[in-house]
Amino acid sequence: MKLLRLAPENTKFPFMRFRRVSYPFSAVLSIVSVLLFLFVGMNFGIDFSGGTLMEVQAKSGIADLSYVRDLAEHLNLGDLEVQGFGTPADASIRFGMQPGGDAAQQAAVEKVRSALGDSYEFRRVEVVGPRVSGELVQQGTLGVVMSILAVLSYLWFRFEWQFAIGAIIATMHDLLLTVGFFSITQLEFNTTSIAAILTIVGYSLNETVVVLDRIREMMRKFKKMPTDQLIDMSVNAVLPRTLMTATTVFLALLSLVIFGGQVIRSFSLAMMWGIFVATYSSIFICSPTLIYLGLRNERGPRDETTTGAKPLASGKL
Amino acid sequence: MLRFPLWKTLLTLCATLIAMLICAPSMIGPANRAALASVLPSWMPPNAIVLGLDLQGGAHLLYEVDRGDVVRSMTQNLRDDLRRELREDKVGVSGGIGVLPRGVQVRLADPNDYDKIQGKLAHLVPLSASAPGSGLDIANENGLLRLTITDAAIDNKVKRAVEQTIEVLNRRVNGLGTTEPNIQRQGADRVLVEVPGLQDTNRLKEIVGTTAKLEFRLVAEPGYNPGDVDSLDQTEQPGKLPVERQVMVVGEDLTDAQPGFDSRSGEPVVNFRFNIRGGQRFGEVTSANVGRPFAIVLDNKVISAPRILGPITGGSGQISGRFTVEQANNLAILLRAGALPAKLTIVEERTVGPGLGQDSIDAGKRAAYWAAGLVVTYMLITYGTFGVFANLALLIHISMIFAMLVMLRATLTLPGIAGIVLTIGMAVDSNVLIYERIREEFHAGRSIVSALDAGFNRAFTTIVDSNVTMFVVAAILYFLGSGPVRGFAVSLALGILTTIVTAVTMTRMMIALWYKYRRPTKLPI
Repeated sequence: MKLLRLAPENTKFPFMRFRRVSYPFSAVLSIVSVLLFLFVGMNFGIDFSGGTLMEVQAKSGIADLSYVRDLAEHLNLGDLEVQGFGTPADASIRFGMQPGGDAAQQAAVEKVRSALGDSYEFRRVEVVGPRVSGELVQQGTLGVVMSILAVLSYLWFRFEWQFAIGAIIATMHDLLLTVGFFSITQLEFNTTSIAAILTIVGYSLNETVVVLDRIREMMRKFKKMPTDQLIDMSVNAVLPRTLMTATTVFLALLSLVIFGGQVIRSFSLAMMWGIFVATYSSIFICSPTLIYLGLRNERGPRDETTTGAKPLASGKL
Repeated sequence: MLRFPLWKTLLTLCATLIAMLICAPSMIGPANRAALASVLPSWMPPNAIVLGLDLQGGAHLLYEVDRGDVVRSMTQNLRDDLRRELREDKVGVSGGIGVLPRGVQVRLADPNDYDKIQGKLAHLVPLSASAPGSGLDIANENGLLRLTITDAAIDNKVKRAVEQTIEVLNRRVNGLGTTEPNIQRQGADRVLVEVPGLQDTNRLKEIVGTTAKLEFRLVAEPGYNPGDVDSLDQTEQPGKLPVERQVMVVGEDLTDAQPGFDSRSGEPVVNFRFNIRGGQRFGEVTSANVGRPFAIVLDNKVISAPRILGPITGGSGQISGRFTVEQANNLAILLRAGALPAKLTIVEERTVGPGLGQDSIDAGKRAAYWAAGLVVTYMLITYGTFGVFANLALLIHISMIFAMLVMLRATLTLPGIAGIVLTIGMAVDSNVLIYERIREEFHAGRSIVSALDAGFNRAFTTIVDSNVTMFVVAAILYFLGSGPVRGFAVSLALGILTTIVTAVTMTRMMIALWYKYRRPTKLPI
């Protein structure tokens, strides 16, 4: 049986030569992401902005969006959004925080319920009060910061400091670009999105670790080789694995996007983008950093004996 | 590599078998599960996987004990106690007792009286029910006393209020007859109420959110002194009713309350029964006030104000108030469960209807099947025979995640399903790392055995490194996340743990066996 190969055998792409392009390119993208975040902003869900989200389904026939909108508008709930989604019978109603604390939110829900209750079924009601949303923002930020710190200290402990710096830069890059992705697509940003961001951080580090692991191994084996050549060789060696894994994860996520339903769609889409960015950054951002940080120049080659029976024949690579 | 000891093989097979057995009850319907439970010994319950509220439908309500309300009632008690104290010790005051936001102030007519009461003042507000110490800061400026309740005393009171609230809510929610409600403290002043599979969240909110402070008070007679009377709203009719401030009997003196119907009018009513103290007190008051109306006051609203036709000494009575059957039912539940110590406010609500939950389960299943199908096919066409091994490992991996979820009684949420689907994609990463390494080593000129060996050994460090980073992320998500996100963290973390077992050990075993029996001359990848 002829097996499928994603990457050709023994590739010799000069990845590191692209660093003069990839670095400025990524820098621009990161800055654009920050600007987008500052000036366009993310579409915060009620988890973080507070407010009420309701999903209603017409008890018979299709949801009459303009009717729902009119009715809801009569109730004077301020900033209100009515959208159709899923099947034609479904609609979502979202409105912002009502003035007057937690009790006012409940009163607003009650008003909508009694106005629509006869002809619509309330499939989901979520009300997040002002204090809880503030806490969720804190927790989310704390989670992202802590996981980055924790993982980086692990990397620091396992690898040389240059590797950890490279991983930080790559991870920050992925994080910024994901934020940019949320800003530009205006996908709803909620607690599940924080989970997506953390998973992307995890995946990004996973990718970085795989490349770094190989670079470290090659460093011990080929002590005289210039850094850029060495990194190129390592990246090429792990390339089949990188592509293969990215594809399997992509396939899993594709299933989630298509079949997983509305609730986790923004999560799955963000993850998809994250996989793409993480794969890119592990090759084009993290590895070149090692060159810039003078991996070889600062610390001399290690005096470790090469492990394994026989080194890879250098002529072939 | 080739020598894979027999005990290890058996152990691996055993673990797989157990995992699959643990998963089995979740696959069959609840009826079959019940049948199975009656056959199996009690230490081996056929537990099904616990579904989160977002999948089975239900209500998640986060309540906060109103700190302001607690402070208000503490201040009121302090005022009443202080008044009694002053009266008992015959200490004169000029003006009344003034209420401050967190305490009271009073001007003694004779500043020298302070010495007389000083010792007793400190005991007016205890620091807490159990610990000794005073919960009051007392300032004396020449007879102007300012008593302020300390933060510590308020904190203790709030803590106690949360505990009482949980007790009361447990009784109330159980009164609704729902299955497995979860009521627990969250943070310092919050109570989480989770009720799965509930259709009518409004009823739940009414039952939970009502303070249910019941009082029997006499309706004031014409010519009353305004200082001794509260003007209260009525539920039956508009307008206010003047009601005496003094409470005859309180709801705590009830021993039972049941919904019923009035024998004459057929209206829904609540029948109640007093304890001995309440019965005596009620008997005394009704005997002394025949002909006067008395008010049944619930949460400062007059439900009804019947006239006392004759002394009621039997220790039981009836509350009527133009109730619907459901209202009578609810009131009975509330009275049985007792009053809440403080007002509750909903700070977060998430309710999911059962229909949407089922839709989410279906969507999650569909996504999982597709993901598994795609990944399995892809592994097969990329790695052939080795792909089969990886796929078998993947299957075992998924059943192990489920088995662990069942054993830990962890909840499966929609993001949790997403986590499992994601692990399907990532679990094969370890296999891919190993296989690619084997290929590489083989192409570099090693023999098959040596390439297999090197592939597994060299890939292992990378697998550990990359999985540790992912595990750290999952752990942090678990500790910081809530509800559904927590479910995601759990399945991600379990997926990482099992992937090391399945992708490394199981695949290794399969490849070792394969090599032993096939003695291949070239690698199939």
